[in-house]
Amino acid sequence: MTDLANKPYPPAPGFLKTLISSLSLLRESPIAIAGFVLIFGWILLALLAPILPLYDPNIPLEPFKFPGAAAKDGGTYWLGTDHKGRDILSRIIFGAQQVLVWATLATAVAYVVGMAMGVVAGYLGGWWDEAISFIANVLLSFPVMVLYIVIVSYMGATGLNIVLAVTFASAPGIMRIVRGLVLDLKTRDYVFAAQTRGESTLYIMLIELLPNARGPLIVDASLRLGYTTITIAMLGYLGLGLPPPDPDWGKMISEAQPLGSFAGYMAIAPAVAISSLVLGFNLLADGLREISMKD
Amino acid sequence: MSETQPILECRNLCISYTTRSGEVPAVVDFNLKVMPGQGIGLVGESGCGKSTVALAIMQYLGSNGYIKSGEILFKGRDMREMSEEELRSIRGSRIAMIYQEPMASLNPSMKIGEQLMEVPLYHEDINREEAAQRSFEMLEAVKLPDPTRIMGAYPHQLSGGQQQRVVIAMALLSKPDLLLLDEPTTALDVTVERGIVDLINEISAEFGTSMIYISHNLGLILDTCDRVTVMYSGEAVEEGTVQRVFTHMRHPYTHGLFATIPLPGTDKNERPLVPIPGQLPLPHERPQGCYFGPRCAFFEDGVCNGDHVPMSTVAEAEGHYVRCARYADVNWEDHDHEAVATKSVKSGKTVLQVEKLKKYYEVEEDPFMAMLSGSEARQVKANEDLSFIAREAETVAIVGESGCGKSTLAKVLMGLEEATSGRVILNGKELGKTDVRSREAETVNSLQMVFQNPFDTLNPSHTIGSQIGRVIKKFGIETDKNKIREKVGELLDIVKLPREFANRRPRQLSGGQKQRVGIARAFAGNPSVVIADEPVSALDVSVQAAVTGLLTEIQNELKTTLIFISHDLSVVRYLSDRVVVMYLGHIVEQGETEQVFAPPYHPYTEALLSAVPIADPEVQQKHIVLEGDIPSSVNPPSGCPFHTRCPRKIGRICETDVPPVKTMEAGHKIACHLEDDVLNGMEPVITMPDDAGEAPQNAEVG
Repeated sequence: MTDLANKPYPPAPGFLKTLISSLSLLRESPIAIAGFVLIFGWILLALLAPILPLYDPNIPLEPFKFPGAAAKDGGTYWLGTDHKGRDILSRIIFGAQQVLVWATLATAVAYVVGMAMGVVAGYLGGWWDEAISFIANVLLSFPVMVLYIVIVSYMGATGLNIVLAVTFASAPGIMRIVRGLVLDLKTRDYVFAAQTRGESTLYIMLIELLPNARGPLIVDASLRLGYTTITIAMLGYLGLGLPPPDPDWGKMISEAQPLGSFAGYMAIAPAVAISSLVLGFNLLADGLREISMKD
Repeated sequence: MSETQPILECRNLCISYTTRSGEVPAVVDFNLKVMPGQGIGLVGESGCGKSTVALAIMQYLGSNGYIKSGEILFKGRDMREMSEEELRSIRGSRIAMIYQEPMASLNPSMKIGEQLMEVPLYHEDINREEAAQRSFEMLEAVKLPDPTRIMGAYPHQLSGGQQQRVVIAMALLSKPDLLLLDEPTTALDVTVERGIVDLINEISAEFGTSMIYISHNLGLILDTCDRVTVMYSGEAVEEGTVQRVFTHMRHPYTHGLFATIPLPGTDKNERPLVPIPGQLPLPHERPQGCYFGPRCAFFEDGVCNGDHVPMSTVAEAEGHYVRCARYADVNWEDHDHEAVATKSVKSGKTVLQVEKLKKYYEVEEDPFMAMLSGSEARQVKANEDLSFIAREAETVAIVGESGCGKSTLAKVLMGLEEATSGRVILNGKELGKTDVRSREAETVNSLQMVFQNPFDTLNPSHTIGSQIGRVIKKFGIETDKNKIREKVGELLDIVKLPREFANRRPRQLSGGQKQRVGIARAFAGNPSVVIADEPVSALDVSVQAAVTGLLTEIQNELKTTLIFISHDLSVVRYLSDRVVVMYLGHIVEQGETEQVFAPPYHPYTEALLSAVPIADPEVQQKHIVLEGDIPSSVNPPSGCPFHTRCPRKIGRICETDVPPVKTMEAGHKIACHLEDDVLNGMEPVITMPDDAGEAPQNAEVG
């Protein structure tokens, strides 16, 4: 044996390095890069909102100023002000904070619930599968919109209730995807190997099965973040969104609506914001799918 | 001199694929000539380009493959210049191809008769009655029983062997000039394979069809072809008549290839197989000069790594070509690979004992339908009354074809399934009824498994190091993080992989390397018994040799008992000390390896032995072809399970009574109704050249 052979192998690369190398995979798809840039732009704006030179989003200044109008204090209302005189640019950027936080949280919770249901149904099978699939089918047979309105109007319009509504609506779909993936994965030899060394069911589910389902799930999560963004905007539009006075993109559109065409600029800015973020998520999902197909 | 025109000719053919990393030359400078009625074998390991050649001939290279230079002449016309219309009329009518997976070649929603009739209806101007008549006759020609029933059947209603016969019938319907066979029997069991190989031979004799037979199995090439081309890394390295190449191979790669196959006469201790060092180079990493150079024992600087080596004629033999710069310098007759004989380890006390083990599965039927029909739940008798023992440091092979219950047995032993009745005793402890999770840690440690599929055996999400480390931690061998890492390194040393591999993920490893990690994982807990379920059947032959060698080495060192589950009798004879032959859940014969491989045989063992293709023209092999297919284990035959196919069936008793287990010699047991003197009077199936003088008169050369 050489000296080299007796040395322990070097430690595995750290988390940051792995993350960077994963992100560098995006280079392979221009669509994924476009999506990533859109999403990352919104994240950056949301993060920098407190230190950007913006008006307070909730303080009435001068109502009905058109985009680009000069402000009393010498500044500019780049996107104008709304009927209460609040700066629209500031409301859009602070609204981005809200939508990004709640959409991510809602999707994450839906994923935790959906994956738990899916992996239990898929791996344990039998009675568990029957019961979980039945619950999922009942939930899926509800019109999603009705489900949202019932939950949010019954429980009250708070961020947590939006999370709850999204979880109810999305978890069954996620469960179906995970269940299908697990049904395939559980026949692999490495799962038998884990079983033959007496690993616990939880270990097999979390360590052996779920990490291998991540490919399709990441694509799905990106798409679902887009849907959730739309959902939150839609609930806001229906007046079931986040409680006022916090800025909410959906609510901004609905506030503009009764004012007629003269207030069109008030609706256009939040509409473009919603579309661009959703487009970002969808493009990223498409790009990720393309990348995963190549390998 | 007016020679007959070749059916197909490839001249200086270069085929490339365009991929993410640029152009990949898959086949380089390839020449091939197929004369009428000739059978040409194309041999090589995976990735050598043999299937690419076949696809190029069919002009089916796909969107990213293209012929870079050279020409493919079909009856003197360049196929590259033919129109799409012309090509379509040639494919399937003048050239037919048979693929590995018969099920994938048949349309599952069409009746066999319809699919067969399509061929003449499309290519010829005939009516449906004539087409049906032709199809019927062709099904008879490929020896399918009851052609009328088969014409009306759907593909899923036929067995794999029958499906492949249908595919062959379909290929022959248009009376092609050339038949391309790409691993046509790889997906089939050996006894079924033997029937198909015989059929292919008869057909080429009867119809005068030329064949290109692609296979990784040298034995099959010997049985079917006149000439053989050995391929390595995208180029032909040796070409000649089968007899010549198999006895006087001149290329170091061909030579190495033959040293890696477990031919009769090899032995894991006295004459072990010699693996070819190194790995097949990736197409864009091929070395300068000879592609085999870095792995070759006769490599000479300046000669082998200069210009690209051309094909040259072997001086003493007409029509034998070799792509080697030094073939004339090497004295092949003298050269033997440095096979290092190792000492065999004496087997010790009994470690594992299986007693009257039974495993039945209930077939789930629709409860409502069952209530209507009044039938009771049906059972699949996967294992019936199995009894055998395994001693310390011994290799016990469990041999059988698909459906014989060998994988169920492994599951019961491992505790993934519960035995219906009977006992499994490991180191004095009864295990048959205990699930793996209720077994003690020590018991779990001492019984581990190596799996078949290298692509499935490791979790793609985790590094090699963490997967081996988990076993060490789980079995409580080490708990300290650094000590675990140290132990992982040691295990990687044992399976001869570099320690850096600990940080790699499975997709960065080749099939053989993954299988080594699987072995390291199984041996991490110092087990007393390791069950290896077909550990090498998915690997290339040269890699097989390395992996079996490694298994033997570790086993000898640790005195582990190895239960080797396999369908490949060549590997079994090479590797095992004792053999258990199974058929449809029953043990039909067991004994020491020499006892099982020599008469008296159980008729099934006899047929199995005669079905194994042997890549040595000097070995004589008796020819027994079993009829039909393996019955389903849902509805097994009464009496002796083998009576439906047995060529030595003696009468009613075989159908009614379960045969008695006869002890022929100490430890050699055969379950058969045949009289002892009939059993003892059997002739050997395989005769080595050394004792050919005693060969029976009626033995045919296989």
